[in-house]
Amino acid sequence: MTATAVAPRRAGKARKGLRRGEALAGWLFTGPVLIILGVFLLIPVVMALWVSFSDWSGRGSPFSSGVSFVGLENYAAITTDGGLPTRDFGTALRNNGWYVLLVVPLQTALALFLAVLVNRAILRGRGFFRTAFYFPSVTSTVAITVLWLFLFSANGVVNEALSWIGISGPNWWADPSGIVHNGLAAVGVTQGPPVLTENDFLGLSWWDWLAGPSVAMTALILMAVFTTSGTFMLLFIAALQNIGSEIQEAAMMDGANGWQRFWRVTLPQLRPTLFTVITLGLIGCWQVYDQIYTGTQGGPGKTTMTPAYLSYTSAFLGQDWGQGAAIAFILFAIIVAFTAFQRWVLRERPVSKRRARQYQQPSRPSTASPAVAASARVPSVPEPTTTDPTKEDER
Amino acid sequence: MTRQKTRALVGAALLITGALALTACGSGFDDGGGAGSSGEGDATELTSSDDALTILIGSSGDAETDAVESAVAAWSEESGVEASVQVASDLPQQLSQGFAAGSPPDLFYLATEALAGYAGNGSLVAYGDMLANADDFYPSLVQNFTVDDQFYCAPKDFSTLALVINKGMWDAAGLTDDDIPTTWEELDTVAQTLTKDGVVGLAFGAEYQRVGAFMAQAGGTLVSDDGTEAVANSPENVEALTYVKDHLEAGSFAYATDIGTGWGGEAFGSQKAAMTIEGNWITGAMMNDYPDVDYVVAELPAGPVGPGTMQFTNCWGMAADSPNQQAALELVEYLTSTESQLAFSEAFGPMPSIQSAADQWSADNPELTAFLAGADYAVGVPTNDGIAAVITDFNAQLESLKSGDPQQILDTVQANVEAVVG
Repeated sequence: MTATAVAPRRAGKARKGLRRGEALAGWLFTGPVLIILGVFLLIPVVMALWVSFSDWSGRGSPFSSGVSFVGLENYAAITTDGGLPTRDFGTALRNNGWYVLLVVPLQTALALFLAVLVNRAILRGRGFFRTAFYFPSVTSTVAITVLWLFLFSANGVVNEALSWIGISGPNWWADPSGIVHNGLAAVGVTQGPPVLTENDFLGLSWWDWLAGPSVAMTALILMAVFTTSGTFMLLFIAALQNIGSEIQEAAMMDGANGWQRFWRVTLPQLRPTLFTVITLGLIGCWQVYDQIYTGTQGGPGKTTMTPAYLSYTSAFLGQDWGQGAAIAFILFAIIVAFTAFQRWVLRERPVSKRRARQYQQPSRPSTASPAVAASARVPSVPEPTTTDPTKEDER
Repeated sequence: MTRQKTRALVGAALLITGALALTACGSGFDDGGGAGSSGEGDATELTSSDDALTILIGSSGDAETDAVESAVAAWSEESGVEASVQVASDLPQQLSQGFAAGSPPDLFYLATEALAGYAGNGSLVAYGDMLANADDFYPSLVQNFTVDDQFYCAPKDFSTLALVINKGMWDAAGLTDDDIPTTWEELDTVAQTLTKDGVVGLAFGAEYQRVGAFMAQAGGTLVSDDGTEAVANSPENVEALTYVKDHLEAGSFAYATDIGTGWGGEAFGSQKAAMTIEGNWITGAMMNDYPDVDYVVAELPAGPVGPGTMQFTNCWGMAADSPNQQAALELVEYLTSTESQLAFSEAFGPMPSIQSAADQWSADNPELTAFLAGADYAVGVPTNDGIAAVITDFNAQLESLKSGDPQQILDTVQANVEAVVG
């Protein structure tokens, strides 16, 4: 929406005289897009919002006279009623929460690692590796899911490979046990303390919340990391290439080793890209749907069910359209909250005193070397979507 | 800066609203609702017009599609009403879209678990009693498609579960026809005998749709016969689940997924299991995928209370919004006639839903009569509105039955069933 709002802002200040027609022209040019966005985005969203507050049963228009307003009933059914819809929603949130918790950091770290790896000028066959790492992102989710179902089947390649090193692999797609529970069971803990098992949230005991992703979900987590890190690697490469080599050289002159150069010089300059990658990752991970629909259908034991998939099944299969829409809007709120939170975490902060002191050794008093300047001058993030680090250099 | 931005946003919103008012999008939605609310489910008058019929089916494959298409074409020829068959890629979704848009197909496959939802919101015509052959359907099937004492739609065919036995392994283990199990104890014995060399005695799907047969044999169901009371955690059901659990633990029974196969038919066909519990559709899978495996079909053994199996069926749903219900009714009569149903059975396996076709079907399929014999005591999947989610949840819990507690599982199911019955 911000993109569309830019044009009217300029046109809004209607000027007299020579430039009078510009406002009209502006509306004329943006009109088609605004109408398309309205009809295919705004109206459906508003309709869905209404459905989430109504008792629409799926027949005819949601705005017809037979449909009435039921307030927060649909939201209550999935959050406070404590019945099956509540437990399903809790289970879906638990599953997706673990998925986000593991996929986002893993894919970001892997993408950054791959980007640094293939960014080196001296690497032979750079183009080949870049293509190889990026390739999974080009393939459709459905195709990769089918491939994954084969790889991780009970007698599949993965288990075969594991057997070479003496590990008897799990029956991936049929194992609903959580990996945290499994880890605890390995050290003899099979029952949680009463404080965890006897209290619950959204119809699911705290012990169950802490089960971790199921074995089946773990396979999907690996798949997500495998397919998306290539895309984000590309973003990191673009950012890395925009970091001037003179800053690196200056840091070298200051005696910073490779590790320090990465953490203190390169990484701070990647902050805008990091923001983009984590935001995209968060949104993508909370919306995971295709893999579930084509792969596991929520099984085994509902451990791969996600809110997005639950929203679909409640509406289309269970005919509970209001609940389906309510789940979608809660999911929307969760995504917004997470994005806002990580924006706050990654906000621009002055260099801490502790860190600043490191560069104010009495032996090297006054002038800040270029590297110090670079590390102190943390790039600002004017707009989350602008990831053009060249601007930073010009400043 | 911010004020300008706000103003711009307000401007944009106004523009969109204006544009929509001009294109009259708002009123478009209301039209569908007005037309849709005319038929309130219990319409006694069928609509009639010259409109062509559309039929939406969820096909199991080319054999089924071809059979339905040729039957519909033959009827079209006879009656002079145009009709076209569409194969759904995702039947529940496409049906929901049709109902929401007010332009559903005239006739469609309708699953038992979806019936109550669609009947409840007035999407269906309850035409069952208007059929000329209404009395010919098996009473239990009619029961499956009756909501609030209204017989909604004609069962198009049905299947039951039976015990499928690998002939080669049976003979190799020194078992004869006399050993075919008729009680739980005998099933226990043969399953143990057949469990050896990496082959499990009996494998079936980890779902209520298979385990429910044991519950029926023990005399239990999820919902009472009149559909108003939850009886999921009855002692009978606990006994059935305990029987299954004990044998899963002992290793003579196994879930299909636990031995690395997708369903009972695959476990059986790939000879990882000597016996399985499956429905009529397994014959097609055996013919196409495992033609070398020789098998016999027997009735499921009786439990403590008596024989029991499950039946599965679909009906021909008719849309309340259909403009030509009279023709649709005639088409249903044609499609459920003895002749059509026997042709369908030959093409893709299910059994005729009418009693008058039973003798002919048995004569045509002497080796499969165990499936038809099950019709006498088969129970259907409950049809209450919202029960589908309950069964999905039950299935999720059954997957861990081996390490779970039957009473605890059934108590959860009981609470869930209570929320949807009555």
